[in-house]
Amino acid sequence: MGDSVPAPDKPTIPITVDFSGGLEMLFSNQKRHSLTIPATDSNEKPATIAFLIDHLCKNLMTDPRSEMFVLDKHIRPGILVLINDADWELEGEEAYELQPKDNILFVSTLHGG
Amino acid sequence: MAPSLCAICKTERALIKRPKNHAKLCKTCFITIFEDEVHHTITSSKLFYPGEKVAIGASGGKDSTVLASVLKTLNERHNYGLDLVLLSIDEGIKGYRDDSLETVKRNAVQYEMPLKVVGYDELYGWTMDQVVETIGKKGNCTYCGVFRRQALDRGAKMLDIKHVVTGHNADDVAETILMNLLRGDLSRLSRSTSIVTGDSKSDVKRSKPLKYAYEKEIVLYAHHKKLDYFSTECIYSPEAFRGSARSLIKQLERVRPSAILDIVRSGEDMARLVPGESSSTCGGTCKEKKTTAPVAVEDDIGGCGSTNSRAPGGEMAAMEKQLRENEASEGLEVDITKTVSQRKDGATDNQKALPLRNANKNSKPITRQVLGNCKRCGYMSSQDICQACMLLEGLNKNRPQIQI
Repeated sequence: MGDSVPAPDKPTIPITVDFSGGLEMLFSNQKRHSLTIPATDSNEKPATIAFLIDHLCKNLMTDPRSEMFVLDKHIRPGILVLINDADWELEGEEAYELQPKDNILFVSTLHGG
Repeated sequence: MAPSLCAICKTERALIKRPKNHAKLCKTCFITIFEDEVHHTITSSKLFYPGEKVAIGASGGKDSTVLASVLKTLNERHNYGLDLVLLSIDEGIKGYRDDSLETVKRNAVQYEMPLKVVGYDELYGWTMDQVVETIGKKGNCTYCGVFRRQALDRGAKMLDIKHVVTGHNADDVAETILMNLLRGDLSRLSRSTSIVTGDSKSDVKRSKPLKYAYEKEIVLYAHHKKLDYFSTECIYSPEAFRGSARSLIKQLERVRPSAILDIVRSGEDMARLVPGESSSTCGGTCKEKKTTAPVAVEDDIGGCGSTNSRAPGGEMAAMEKQLRENEASEGLEVDITKTVSQRKDGATDNQKALPLRNANKNSKPITRQVLGNCKRCGYMSSQDICQACMLLEGLNKNRPQIQI
């Protein structure tokens, strides 16, 4: 919590982000994170999943192995993204605009038992 | 985007987009169709007979947990009459297997199945921690793979069970097919496509009921059914899951989701072209399997063994090669040269090139391969001394001075 502190005058949105399937290793070994993120990106465009992914890499990831989460600036193939429990493919993927109280789940299919 | 409705019930909100056909489904319809499809795989392949005692190779990971859950559900729903048992292998790796074994123990309670854990220490006198202490990290996956393969069979025998099911999914099978294709190893490719391996001659039969299930759907099934599973990477192979074949498969899936099942189907079709091998029945070639594929044809319950053994090049390949030195089977390079030269003989012979190559490959070993028992441990083996005992011999020679 409180990993990012947006400038006070900027509007923010509260969301929860979950990691599972082994991804929690990269984020302080913690599955659930309640975050307050900027409502817009640096170009004043509404915050999207693409923005969130970048934001997570810069502000929340505690493990240096970012390639386990992101490859070529996109989510690593083999990681599923669920937006409020729905496959992000049904929601516009990276272009989905975040709404207050959204729950975003990143779950890896890449790790073994 | 406006929420879409489920393509089946047309009332609930769609939460899943199926990779195989892009169908948009709600949670309930997805769970139902996933189970129905596994049921279809089981019945169309006649995997079980009523009253059969079946051991589920359980690691606590997503695949084996989903397998256990689905088999329990289907066994009750369709009256398979199966006697299901969880069988886990403890490799003896501190900080890795401990947590996942706890998960398996919870699964045993959740699914009301007996649990049997067999450890490398009791079977071989070595834990993987001790192996790594002795030989180092490099190449340790070979030991683990050989040991695990036998450990599952031995565990099943202890329970008087002749059938072990594993959680291999479509992605795993596609990955193995691709690796064997890249190695030019068509006979192994052929065997790896088979849903059942082993026959009446071998003591324990193996099968993969999730062979046609996408890894993505397995994870989503586990998520939506809130199954209790554990994700981990072996501490001795932290890079294992980055195997090139795996990455390639996942990238292909991103661009063309049907690619995974298409590779599986292509593998099955190619298998039919390999003489003496059949994707549905193993025939007499299973004897051969023990020799030519000691390390990891289709290894294993996920985790390090499977992924690592498929990793390209390196220690693993060297070790595999070394392991086969005493056998009649020729190196891959030799085979390839032969095939090429046959093709040069005449363009019209192209059709024959494949059978000839395989005739070569099979005929030699078969003359000296009779499935017998290892002279040391008594375990079934096509050689005098089984793979595990060969590795153990090397290990015991190098056992640290502590033993004195």
